[in-house]
Amino acid sequence: MTYSVEIKQLDLAFGAVKVLQGLDLNVSEGEFLVLLGSSGCGKSTLLNCIAGLLEITDGQIFIKGENVTWAEPSERGIGMVFQSYALYPQMTVKGNLSFGLKNAKIPKNEIEKRVARAAEILQIGPLLDRKPGALSGGQRQRVAIGRALVRDVDVFLFDEPLSNLDAKLRVDLRVELKRLHNQLQNTMIYVTHDQVEAMTLADRIAVMKGGAIMQLGSPDEIYNKPRNLYVADFIGSPSMNFIEGHLEGGRFKVDDMVMPMDGYAFAAPQTADRPATIGIRPEHVVTGELVPNAPLQFAVDVDLVEPMGSDTLVYAKLGQHPFRIRMDGQASVKVGETISIGVDPSRASLFDTATEDRL
Amino acid sequence: MAVTDTGQTKVRAKRPSRLFKNMAAKIAAIPMIFTALVVFVGCTLWTIYHSFTRSRLLPAPDKWVGLDNYERLWGENRWLISIENLAIYGLCSLVLSLTIGFVLAALLDRKIRFENTIRTIILYPFALSFVVTGLAWQWILNPELGLQNTVRNIGWESFTFDPLNNADIVIYGVLIAGIWQGSGFVMVLLLAGMRGIDEDVWKASRVEGIPAWKTYIFIVIPMMRPVFVTALVIISAGIIKVYDLVVAQTSGGPGIASEVPAKYVIEKMFQAQNLGLGFAASTMMLLSVLVVLIPWAYLEFGGKKNG
Repeated sequence: MTYSVEIKQLDLAFGAVKVLQGLDLNVSEGEFLVLLGSSGCGKSTLLNCIAGLLEITDGQIFIKGENVTWAEPSERGIGMVFQSYALYPQMTVKGNLSFGLKNAKIPKNEIEKRVARAAEILQIGPLLDRKPGALSGGQRQRVAIGRALVRDVDVFLFDEPLSNLDAKLRVDLRVELKRLHNQLQNTMIYVTHDQVEAMTLADRIAVMKGGAIMQLGSPDEIYNKPRNLYVADFIGSPSMNFIEGHLEGGRFKVDDMVMPMDGYAFAAPQTADRPATIGIRPEHVVTGELVPNAPLQFAVDVDLVEPMGSDTLVYAKLGQHPFRIRMDGQASVKVGETISIGVDPSRASLFDTATEDRL
Repeated sequence: MAVTDTGQTKVRAKRPSRLFKNMAAKIAAIPMIFTALVVFVGCTLWTIYHSFTRSRLLPAPDKWVGLDNYERLWGENRWLISIENLAIYGLCSLVLSLTIGFVLAALLDRKIRFENTIRTIILYPFALSFVVTGLAWQWILNPELGLQNTVRNIGWESFTFDPLNNADIVIYGVLIAGIWQGSGFVMVLLLAGMRGIDEDVWKASRVEGIPAWKTYIFIVIPMMRPVFVTALVIISAGIIKVYDLVVAQTSGGPGIASEVPAKYVIEKMFQAQNLGLGFAASTMMLLSVLVVLIPWAYLEFGGKKNG
């Protein structure tokens, strides 16, 4: 099977600094892949390599089965959308959409047709004669998407396209992007540092750190079965609770507490005992009348309560370990109280403390 | 409302006079307003008035002679040559220093090595005074010492390049020196403008397959309009008042072939002791600036109200 985008053993170095090293990545036809990571992790660099805006040091890049490693960006069959929109400010919206096509000597009626189609899909028809300066941020980004759309390409690259928009617009445009992908069924590679964008948009997420892909998988896998401590910590807000202890005979021990890990899907049968870290998401902790049904039950002391409307964030202490719990917005918890909580080991994650990999 | 115990000040019943708003800023602006009114506007009017008199020395008041000075001025060959020279020098230096400056800036902008060093070298001439530049280029263009002699010594015996000794092309000799000095500055100015352009715009144009030269002409230059206007104003001001370069390089010679208006004015005012004629000449210079400036200002600022 040919992939839409195929990256083999990609190396990129700036002088002595190796930014990407031996990176492999395959993107299927019509897939929405999100490259997720904190700033400096190499996600935008990787996208620029795919676009051909950065010359790679070693390795190969294929788009639609064709080796484009040394091809110019314009010859790769890609369209790209940037964080700062990168519109041409002296041209009208129509000029922005058609400038590249005119330059590629595409017949006039074809240009008209493509611009009209893009304007219809993105609902920017009434804006065609305006200049970018007279548009709002959301409209500008729509024009920028339109400029990629008229190129009639198979692969769309997005470099943090929503980061410059305010929170509400970001949500609106995110929904529109998802709708656009459903409608066009193109391959899309999308760079972001926002995990909500990643979770909502992606078919698959590649979590990156230090120029390497930490985990590549569906949003569900990334969230429920993080492959290592970094991914577990990065995904989820508030982030996962980690407690360091020991794994002995299938049971997790910390201080004087013992947690039998019944129902936990180990990656490999555990024979040896080892230092381990358990990770429990704040939202996977149950409270109130649900506690008696939980396999594991503990009592925690409440330190601090943050009511957030839709839910309440409780900072508590489990033994000496800080422990965050996400409760219902209606929950009435007071500082200093001791409450009982329930944990399901099948929803927890266990990591080898030394290697930081999932057990 | 009275002042209460809690320290609240009383609320004014009347709106405060607009005259006293931003008082500190207004006081700070007074010296500059004074300078602008008295020195610039006042002296300009004084000069224009005395250009209609036959004043010869300061203090100037003398008999009103109407347009006599202007008639004499425009009948004088030296003034006509000065104007012609200024036109040639001005047009060429404007076009060439902008073009050369832009090309140099565009070349430096391509992420080359040793950019700082090259930039410094190209900017160096700007640090020299016009007198030094003029003298240096006088030597370089001297047929016995400079370029012509060097090329002839290499073996090209018939090589002739002596603009400073040839009355027909002497102004181009001055032009070379002027551009050598000025284009580095234009380059730095334009380079700063280029650096201000979002790198994503370049990426976008590359993804669309637009060649670099087209990106410069259709996207980058329009985006750099304000920088170009600044460069244009600075170059033009330098052109109109060009004086020291000519004095150092040719002293207006051979004969009067490289005279320029500023030199004419200074000589009439301080050497020929003919203030009236000198003032008439400087009024003409002012007029020529206004002829250029007013349509531009109208387009630049008048158009915005409608658009």
